[in-house]
Amino acid sequence: MKPKFIFISIIVVIGLFVLYQSAYIVDETEQVVVTQFGRIIGEPKTSPGLKFKVPFIQQAIFFPKNLLQWDGDPGQIPTKEKTYIWVDAFARWKIVDPVSFLQTVTDLFNATGRLNDIIDPAVRNFITSHDLIETIRKSNRKLDLLEIQQVSLEEIRKDEGLDTDYTINVGREKITQGILKQAQPKVDKFGIELVDVKIKRVNYVDTVRDSVYKRMIAERKQIAEKFRSEGRGEAQKIRGQKERDLKEIESEAYNTAQQIKGKADAESTAIYAQAYTLDPEFYSFQKTLEIYGAALEENSSLVLSTDSELMKYFKGYSGETP
Amino acid sequence: MSWDWEKLKQQQKRGDIPPNMDEFIKKINNFKLPGGPLLIVLLLLILLASTMFYTVKPSEVGVVQRFGRYVRTTQPGLHFKLPVGIESIRKVNVRKVNTEEFSAFNTGGQSRFGGASSTATLMLTGDLNVALVPWIVQYRIKDPYNYLFKVRNPQQLLRDMSEASMRLVIGDRSIDEVISKRDEISVESAQLLQKELDGAESGINILTIEMKKTDVPEPVQPSLNEVNQATQEKEQMIYQAREDYNKAVPAARGEAERTIRAAEGYALDRVNRAKGDAARFEDMYREYAKAEDVTKRRLYLETFRDLLPKLEDKYIVDSEQKNLLPLLNLGNQSKSGVTQ
Repeated sequence: MKPKFIFISIIVVIGLFVLYQSAYIVDETEQVVVTQFGRIIGEPKTSPGLKFKVPFIQQAIFFPKNLLQWDGDPGQIPTKEKTYIWVDAFARWKIVDPVSFLQTVTDLFNATGRLNDIIDPAVRNFITSHDLIETIRKSNRKLDLLEIQQVSLEEIRKDEGLDTDYTINVGREKITQGILKQAQPKVDKFGIELVDVKIKRVNYVDTVRDSVYKRMIAERKQIAEKFRSEGRGEAQKIRGQKERDLKEIESEAYNTAQQIKGKADAESTAIYAQAYTLDPEFYSFQKTLEIYGAALEENSSLVLSTDSELMKYFKGYSGETP
Repeated sequence: MSWDWEKLKQQQKRGDIPPNMDEFIKKINNFKLPGGPLLIVLLLLILLASTMFYTVKPSEVGVVQRFGRYVRTTQPGLHFKLPVGIESIRKVNVRKVNTEEFSAFNTGGQSRFGGASSTATLMLTGDLNVALVPWIVQYRIKDPYNYLFKVRNPQQLLRDMSEASMRLVIGDRSIDEVISKRDEISVESAQLLQKELDGAESGINILTIEMKKTDVPEPVQPSLNEVNQATQEKEQMIYQAREDYNKAVPAARGEAERTIRAAEGYALDRVNRAKGDAARFEDMYREYAKAEDVTKRRLYLETFRDLLPKLEDKYIVDSEQKNLLPLLNLGNQSKSGVTQ
């Protein structure tokens, strides 16, 4: 009983071990190349599932099938106008031909090294042969710039000997496509397909950045000054308007008032004239009397001749008026 | 979330090491436990059976692989699968809203070049200025199959793509637009990012890109503040002037109205007086005309009756003594009259 059990156990264990050696599982994300003493046997297994091989002498080598990431390090690169920038690029790639991949680069580590050697220089080439603005922008979209910035941007471009009204001929998307096109043929032989190359970060190197900051500060200061002077100008405009409006209001009022007065004067003149033409003599008689009454006051001295109408009876009653 | 998966994967990778189970059996055989092999078989069966059930939480879906091949996706609840080694389960949370943050303090870790230039938020704008753009990406796993199998490291892809698409959008805008039009930027970058992620079959669905406060780099910030201040000063100056205007003009209008009303008053006064005078004269004339001489005399005398008592000095000179008049010192008289 006992030795038989041990024997069976051993058989089972060996059987399991052989099974384990011959079967292998390919995950959804993997593909497998089977080798026999280093020689590649058959087609690569790209579909997932349970697979079998000859135990011990054949070996299953696993490669990822899904999208892989490459992070580049092209470093400091001068652009066409000799501005030094940092560029950080990344690429996505996949192993499309695991056999070539195994034969040429063997594993992911080596592959990354090869990609570094191919994509980094391609990125450098493209950055160096284009203006910075081409790398930054993707379209000719009209920027919403303040006038001052427009001027300063044009000055920068002039300093660099470029057209002031610059249009984007290439743009970032085309540059990255160009990098991809340049790099792709070189990685074909590794069984690698580059899906895309993207520029993740672009930044000025420290020295350039400082001068850019200075420019930005100067620009901001100018804008601030502009706002202030705009404010002053606007305020003066309003004050001017105020003065104008005041004068207008006053003079219009004066005009109206004078007209009203004039009309009233005319009307009263007409009324007087109409009344007094009845008897101008009587009018002047009456008015003169009125004036006597008004003009002669307490302190006035009056010398009356006895000839006068008032004093004619003073010297005597003669019955007859002279 | 992917802990179990990584362990499993490691196990799969270590293909040439015999499984622990076999050694375990061997050891147990040598030890000769009471109960014998039957117990061992029973234990094994229980162990196997326990790997045949799994629960999927309400927020998750389960992705089942049989020998590595995807077979089905299961919804929340208790489920049955073939035992370990044959079918494996990976659970993906499809309800949870995940966030990736890109801020000045979080560089993303992956960058190989150091210093301040490596921060995720420092970007070049379309007018070749530098802006600080922090943002948050909120996403959900839309397609667990793609998420698990199509991309090696979807999270890293998401981070890199977010940066790339954000820079693409920022690169096409001026610094002022970057600071003032964050909504526009967030919408456009979200669209770009979603397109890229769909293209890569990442199974990730971008919910929103939330822009945090965009700014100019620190050294430039004081001058930006100066601009803001200048804007306020400008407004202040304009308001001040408007205030002056509003203080003066309505008052002037009132004043003008007053002038006009006064003129109208004058006019009424003049006309009414004229009418009154005229009426008085006409009436008087009417009666005067009836007895001209008498009335004239009466008026004359009445005037003098009223007038004479008021006068202080009165001299009556005979009509024949015409030479007397120059002898009177009228000037002195009137003066002494004043002093009295």
